Amino acid sequence: MTGTSLCQLNCGDDATVKKICAGCCATRRLYEMGFNTGAKLKVVKNDFGPVIVSLLGNKVAIGRGLAEKIMVND
Amino acid sequence: MNTIALVGNPNSGKTTLFNALTGSNQHVGNWPGVTVEKKEGNLKFNEIIYNIVDLPGTYSLGAFSEDEIVARDFILKGNPDIVINVIDATNIERNLYLTTQLLEMGAKVIVALNMIDEAEAKNIKFDIEALSNKLGAPVVPTVASKRIGIEELIKTSVELIDKDIDFKANISYGKDIDREINKLKGFLSDRELEYPPQWLAIKLLEGDQYVYDLVTKDEYLSSSDDFKDVINSLKDDIESYELEIIDKRYEFASDITDKTVVVPSQTKETTTDKIDKILTHKWLGLPIFALIMLAVFHLTFTIGEDLLGGLMVNLVEFIGSVIEDFLVGINSPAWLISFVTEGVINGVGAVLEFVPLIVVLYMLMGFLEDSGYMARAAYVMDNIMRALGLQGKTFISMIIGFGCNVPGVMATRTLENKKDRMIATLINPFMSCGARLPIYLVFIGAFFPDNGGLVLFLIYLLGIVVALLMGKLFSKTLFKGEASYFIMELPPYRLPTLRNVLRNMWDNVSGFLKRAGTTIFVVITVLWILAVLPLGAEPYGKDSLLGQIGLFIAPIFKPAGFGTWQAAVGLFSGIAAKEAVVATLGMVYAGIGEGTELIKVIQDAFTPLSAVAFMVMTLLYTPCAAVIGTVKKETNSYKWAVFMALYTFAIGWIGATLVFQIGRLLGFS
Repeated sequence: MTGTSLCQLNCGDDATVKKICAGCCATRRLYEMGFNTGAKLKVVKNDFGPVIVSLLGNKVAIGRGLAEKIMVND
Repeated sequence: MNTIALVGNPNSGKTTLFNALTGSNQHVGNWPGVTVEKKEGNLKFNEIIYNIVDLPGTYSLGAFSEDEIVARDFILKGNPDIVINVIDATNIERNLYLTTQLLEMGAKVIVALNMIDEAEAKNIKFDIEALSNKLGAPVVPTVASKRIGIEELIKTSVELIDKDIDFKANISYGKDIDREINKLKGFLSDRELEYPPQWLAIKLLEGDQYVYDLVTKDEYLSSSDDFKDVINSLKDDIESYELEIIDKRYEFASDITDKTVVVPSQTKETTTDKIDKILTHKWLGLPIFALIMLAVFHLTFTIGEDLLGGLMVNLVEFIGSVIEDFLVGINSPAWLISFVTEGVINGVGAVLEFVPLIVVLYMLMGFLEDSGYMARAAYVMDNIMRALGLQGKTFISMIIGFGCNVPGVMATRTLENKKDRMIATLINPFMSCGARLPIYLVFIGAFFPDNGGLVLFLIYLLGIVVALLMGKLFSKTLFKGEASYFIMELPPYRLPTLRNVLRNMWDNVSGFLKRAGTTIFVVITVLWILAVLPLGAEPYGKDSLLGQIGLFIAPIFKPAGFGTWQAAVGLFSGIAAKEAVVATLGMVYAGIGEGTELIKVIQDAFTPLSAVAFMVMTLLYTPCAAVIGTVKKETNSYKWAVFMALYTFAIGWIGATLVFQIGRLLGFS
C-alpha cells in the first residue's frame, strides 16, 4: 500500500490515521492507545530517533520502524 | 470484608490514589502463579474496613500481557464489590477506552476523574453530571496527589456497594459484529462458563487467544459442530473485527466526551513542550541524561556519605558498645560476646552504615521516575539501543536495576516482545544495584576519596556499557529474528510529591533493611561459625575453615590482582547477598579490631589498581541468589538462571583481569 507514512511528516504537521500495516500485536497496541482509524494527531518531533506525536492531548513516542507503518492522510 | 479494586491506565495517578486511600496500611505481594506485583491495603471508613486492591496499570483488558490478564481475571472472578476506574482528566478520551471495557464486563464502576486540577489549568471543562449519566456510572473528580475528592470518592463507593444497579454499557458494534455477537451468545449462554457470555462473545471476535482456549476446552461446545462452524467462519475476519471493535469503543468514548467535555484547541506551548525541547533535543538529549545521572551519583555521595554517613557509623558504634557492655555485665560466655560483637555488630553494622546513602539514591531515582523524566531517558536512549539490536524501553528496566536487579528483571515484563524481554533479563545484573554500592564506597573511601562521585559514575557507566555490549551479542547470537517495536507514552512533567518520593524510598529501603536482618544475618552467622572453627585455629585467620575455603578459591583471582583468601571469601558471600560482601570483609579484615578500621585495612591489603579490579569484579560477577531466583521464575527455566549465574561470573573475571593486566602494562600499581 502506498501513501504517506507518519515518518514522512514534518514537525508541526497535523494528520489523521488511515491504516496501520504493522504486525497484528503492534497494530492492536497502537489502536488501543488511540491510534485508531481517523484519529487526529500532530507531529511534535521528527528528526532523530522515535517520532513524537501528540494524540488526544498526550504525547507518545513511536519507534521509526513502526512509524513507517502508520499510514496517514495529511 | 468488601473489596474495592483500582483500575486505570499507566500514568493515570492510580498508585497515588491507592496510597491516598490506604495510607501506610498496605501490603505488597505477588498474584498467584504470575510475577505481577499485587498491592493490597485497608481503608477504614465509618468503622468499617474495606480491602483495596491495586490492579496493574493497563490500557486495555485483553490478553496482551500478564498484567492485563491479571486485571481482568480479578474483575471477573475476584468479584470486587466496586471497581474504581482512575482516569487522567487531561486525557479522558483515551482513558475511557478502558472504561468501556469495564462497563462491558458488567463491573460496578466508579470513575475517579483524577488530576482534575491539571485539566482545569488546561481549560478543559467537564459536565460531570452529564458524563456520569452517559456512562451510567458515578463520576467523582479527584486530585489524588493533594487528597482532594478522596472523601467523596470513598463515600460514593461505600454507598454504591449495597445498591443494585445494572452497569451494562450498550455499545453497538455495528450490524455485522452485533449479529456475530448474538450468534455466539446463543451457544455460550447455555454453558456455565466462568465469564459472562456477552463478554466472551466479544472477546472471541477480538481474537482473544485466552478466551478461545477456554471456550474450546468446554466439552459441550467443542463437540458441537455448529459452534465449530461459527468459530471457523470467523477466522478470516477476526483481524478486521478486532480493529473494528476497538474503533467502535473509541467512537463510544468520543460520543460521550463530545457532549460532556470541552477541550480547548491547544495553541499555546505547554511547559512540558518547552522542557521537552531541551531534554529530548537531537544533540543535547544524551549529554543531559548523562549529566543528570552524574548529578544523582554525586549527590548520593555527598549527602549520603559525607553528610549523613558519619552519623550512622557513630550510632552503630554506640549501640555496639552498649550491647557489649551489657553482655559483659551479665557474664555471658566469651563465644557469645565474640559472635555478637565480631559477627553481628561488625557485620550487620557494616551494612547499616550505608543506609543513608541508599536512602538518598532511592529518593533521587524516585524523584526522576515520578517527574516523568524516565520516559524521556528511554526516548533518548532508543537510538543507541536500536543500534545494538535492543529498544529504548529496555533501558527503563536497566535503570530500575540500579535500585535492585529483582524489580529490574521484573520490569522487563513491559516489553511486549519475547526476544527483547530475554535479553533485557540477561543483561540486567550488570546494572549496579544499591546493594553493591557499599562495596564501592569502601574501596573509594580507601583509595579515591577525592573523586568519589566520578569514580562511582564511571563504574555505573561501565555496567551500562557491558550490558549493552552483551545485549548486542545476544541479539546477534542467541535470539535472532523478530524485530521489536517501540511505543511509549511521554507523560507531562510533574513535580513529584514528597510523600510519594518518601514512600517509594521506604518501600525499597525497608526491603534492604529486611535483608540486612534476615539473609545477611544468616550469611554472617554461617561465616562466623566457619571463621571460628576448627577450635584452636586463630579465629578469622588463615587456618580457620573460612580461611581454608578462601585459600582454595583465591588462586582463580590471582590474575585479577586480588588473589587473597579474604577477597575470595567476600566475593563468595556476595552470591548469597551483595550486602554481605562488606559485612564479610569487615569480619575477615577488621574482625580483630574496630569495624570502622576497615578502610585502613583495605588500604594495606589492596593497591589502587587491584581495588579498581575488585570493584569491576563486584560490578559484573554473578548477581545475588534473589536475582537468580527471579530469573528462574520469570523465564520459567532453570537453564537460563544457571546460564546467567555462570556467564556473568565469566564476564566479571575477564573484566577484572583485563583491568588489572592492562593497568599493570600501563605502569599503574
